[in-house]
Amino acid sequence: MSKKETETKEIPDFNSGDTVQVFVQIQEGGKTRIQRFQGTVIKKKGGGVSKTFTVRKVTQGIGIERIFPLHSPNIEKIKIIRRGKTRRAKLYYLRERKGKKAKIKEAR
Amino acid sequence: MIGLIGKKREMTQLFEEDGTVVPVTLIEAKPCVVTQVKTEEKDGYSAVQLGVGQKRNVSKPIKGHLRKGKLETVKYLIEFRVSDPENYSEGQLLDVKIFSEGEIIDVSSFSKGKGFQGVVKRHGYSGGPETHGSTSHRVPGSLGASATPGRVVKGKKLPGRMGGNRVTVKNLKIAKVEQGENIIAVKGAIPGSRNSIIILRKKRNKKKKGEK
Repeated sequence: MSKKETETKEIPDFNSGDTVQVFVQIQEGGKTRIQRFQGTVIKKKGGGVSKTFTVRKVTQGIGIERIFPLHSPNIEKIKIIRRGKTRRAKLYYLRERKGKKAKIKEAR
Repeated sequence: MIGLIGKKREMTQLFEEDGTVVPVTLIEAKPCVVTQVKTEEKDGYSAVQLGVGQKRNVSKPIKGHLRKGKLETVKYLIEFRVSDPENYSEGQLLDVKIFSEGEIIDVSSFSKGKGFQGVVKRHGYSGGPETHGSTSHRVPGSLGASATPGRVVKGKKLPGRMGGNRVTVKNLKIAKVEQGENIIAVKGAIPGSRNSIIILRKKRNKKKKGEK
């Protein structure tokens, strides 16, 4: 049962270090609109339906991290902007870095 | 009230339409056969006996008993007290259709056995201090007063076997009923290990005030 439901939506294959744009459905006073959240994936966690991923972005010097359930019906689609090359799966070190040091090499 | 006999599959999560995550336990409930209907006049109380599963060696008395439900073998025979035995007949099949989404049910099962456990795990005692020269880390402490009463009170909570009891969890909500696969998703956790037998029971209709 759980398997069928996870396969209904197409989820692109992405990993830590990739820059993605997440299209999130937001309910506002009875209306739904789509908000985009763009940032770097710093971790993927869990398995099956309970899989989640964390996207980090820095706006006006303030780091913002959002955790999304991968199979949530609120996620309309995930767009991959850039593939990153990393040497670890969890990029927690980005939290302590700013500017040029927080850059991730592009994978090719 | 009437219910079903099922098997615990696993825990997982479901999404509501607005994206809320609901933790659920999947229970596989294959169709159960009514093997006996007990009535007030005949048996002194009214109940429905359900049978499910397969077993290799069935004793002759059980075989004879199952003939009424036109069954060969059965692994579990479980009775459900009902107030309307006339609505059931021997040989009738009951499946997940008797439950609906959003319904509140009671679930019974045997909890996981924990073996011989101390008082901290078994009864939630706080134990003694860990440091500052203390050696009474997880001990129960005093068992009672001295010469009066001069004995340990009956029922005093002490170490012993924990788990493996029949536990009923009441008021669980059905999150989903999957008819084709005979699966019921119940919100929250239920006792027992995977593949253990689960008894799902409908709730009795609440009596109104003043009604007897």
